[in-house]
Amino acid sequence: MGEVFDALSVALKAALGFQAIFFALLAIGINVQFGYTGLLNFGQIAFAMLGGFGIAVSVSQWGLPFWVGVVVGLAAAVVLALLLGLPTLRLRADYLAIVTIATAEGLRLLFRSVSATEVTGGTRGLAAFNRDFIALAPWETSKRYAILGTSWSGAELWVGLVGWGIVALSCVLVWLLMRSPWGRVVKSVREDEDAVRALGKNVYVYKMQALVLGGVFGAFGGMVYAVGTGSAIPDQYQNANTFLAYAALILGGAARVLGPVVGAMLLLFIVQFADTGLRTLISNGVIPEGLLTATDVAAIRFVLVGLGLMLLLVFRPQGIFGDRREVMLDAR
Amino acid sequence: MLLVLSFGLGLAAFTPGVAQAAGEAVAGTLQTSRSGPIEGVQVTVKTPDGQEVETVESDENGKWSADLPGPGEYVVSIDADELPEGVTLSGDDTRTVTVAEGRRQPVNLGLEDGSRGAGGGGVRAVQLLVDGLRFGLLIAMCAVGLSLIFGTTGLTNFAHGELVTIGAVVAWYINVQGGVPLIPATLLAMVIGMGVGALNELGIWRPLRRRGTGLIAALVVSIGLSLTLRYAIQIFYGGRSNPYSQYQSQRAVDYGLFNLTNRALFSIIISVIVLVLVAVMLQRTKIGKAMRAVSDNRDLAASSGIDVNRVIMVVWMMGAALAALGGVLLGLSDQVQWDMGFRLLLLMFAGVTLGGLGTAYGALVGSLVVGVFVQMSTLVIPDDMKYVGGLLLLIVILVIRPQGILGSRARIG
Repeated sequence: MGEVFDALSVALKAALGFQAIFFALLAIGINVQFGYTGLLNFGQIAFAMLGGFGIAVSVSQWGLPFWVGVVVGLAAAVVLALLLGLPTLRLRADYLAIVTIATAEGLRLLFRSVSATEVTGGTRGLAAFNRDFIALAPWETSKRYAILGTSWSGAELWVGLVGWGIVALSCVLVWLLMRSPWGRVVKSVREDEDAVRALGKNVYVYKMQALVLGGVFGAFGGMVYAVGTGSAIPDQYQNANTFLAYAALILGGAARVLGPVVGAMLLLFIVQFADTGLRTLISNGVIPEGLLTATDVAAIRFVLVGLGLMLLLVFRPQGIFGDRREVMLDAR
Repeated sequence: MLLVLSFGLGLAAFTPGVAQAAGEAVAGTLQTSRSGPIEGVQVTVKTPDGQEVETVESDENGKWSADLPGPGEYVVSIDADELPEGVTLSGDDTRTVTVAEGRRQPVNLGLEDGSRGAGGGGVRAVQLLVDGLRFGLLIAMCAVGLSLIFGTTGLTNFAHGELVTIGAVVAWYINVQGGVPLIPATLLAMVIGMGVGALNELGIWRPLRRRGTGLIAALVVSIGLSLTLRYAIQIFYGGRSNPYSQYQSQRAVDYGLFNLTNRALFSIIISVIVLVLVAVMLQRTKIGKAMRAVSDNRDLAASSGIDVNRVIMVVWMMGAALAALGGVLLGLSDQVQWDMGFRLLLLMFAGVTLGGLGTAYGALVGSLVVGVFVQMSTLVIPDDMKYVGGLLLLIVILVIRPQGILGSRARIG
């Protein structure tokens, strides 16, 4: 019984920690692009990587202040969105999908390559760039604090507090935008591009704005993640994470302001609970070693997410909060 | 939770007992592309203060490994005089490595055989061109199915890479664990791949089409399937890369302007034969014509009496079998890995988009261009960035000619 309780507390911590913030921000970005505008960005993790490395490279390699690093990360994300959008947004939806997934994988390979080692640290990545930020915390960061049966270091709490602050602000921004005229145009682009064009709106520009905005949310997510882990390693930004964020979004409900946030918390809770539970079962010998080893458990989370994504899309595409009519997208 | 458990139980029947090496060791392979594996070279392992731990010799596959008394720092050295003629060390003859507890630490002693750079730029370009053709043909074989599935059903199948991996991994199990020669193992893997393709269509895509699931939803479902399969393969097969048990220790044969191992030569020959057969089938046979008709206009094909579902079924089975064969050939040249198909998938997309989505011949032409481009690009960019070049090519194509080389303007919307 005590073990179930432990697993629950670890899972609860995961649902509130910086990883949940990371996925929530990625999913908020995807929500703007996919949920509201109907754009298939499968390379959201690339924006996060640019955000994280924006800080890491600026601080560790170039010796710039932390806040300049934030600006560098955001600027890089905007440039990437423009570069991706220019050739693909005039084409059918699946072209953007292919190009974004290819770019995300290509950028990761580029960042981890030997020739990029001088800038990105290659496969080892960069570390020691979050001191200035952690030092801003109003409490002792080296102590541990107990909240709701979970134990947090002061630094974790600080990253969590600021991270959830960014998530809350992002949600307010998305809420305001989507009830503005801009939001109505963007939603009509999702429903019927030609009708919007007939009304004299420049669809291309609206799509581009949505892509850039979503990318900026993704970059913030990457920054929270990099500061939370204290390191930026290219292989942390595997493109499977993009699909974890998609799963979170669809679970919570696409085209809903709080859908991605609730989805990310729930997803991390479920995944972490399954993870800890399985590890406990293995170390207790309930699951024999020959069947499943502790190293396999990390892969199980992606198997679960993949299955969940398929089942959700087929049986409940609107997720928990969504509206079925709003998510019946079709390729144009 | 229940889902996880039942999944775990399903694995029980398949997972062979993999023994984990408990002690620490250092290991490596002595090999260059021209000389093939190098046998009988002494490798000495010492502690940092010069005390000898062990001396081992490389075996007929060029492999060597030395067990260590415990974790810590070790100095691995090789005797350069024992190397065969023409092979030299590219760096120092010693390497200092730190071995963590329970780890089998790979040690890479860089060797040079003069095949790179020494022959001059022109010859290296020819060598890369031939390699690129081999790679392009391989991509084409895997991508024909991807393109035909897109043409007949409109589905952008992100799980196609896993069909490649499944083919390679199944062949590896039959070949290495089952001890069956590679050629029958490959044929078996193709049959199993065909079954997996049929299961895909019957278990997922046909019911989804009947439900009227949108194309974007179907695309996301295919991503979910890809994730599930990819990581299931990782659990089942492991994260290491393994070679097949045959055709590994081949020396490159000199053809004047370029060198080619026999397995690479046969890879080219097999790909060409298979692709010609596919083309003949598409042009001459009834089912091939039906495939092209369904690709062109599904409703018209259905109303002229073509059984569309049967055609799609055949496309899936054929595409999956070709992908499995491509997987084995890729495993022969690059070893078998759990994510090999996914990495190839992006190049397949590049090839298919370049040629024109949905056209069978477009996939062929586009893949060849991508394969050659990826290999040739190593003339100017480092080797570990060559895939980046291929993906960059994809983006450039979309800017200049989004419909691809053989595609029609109407398809891109």
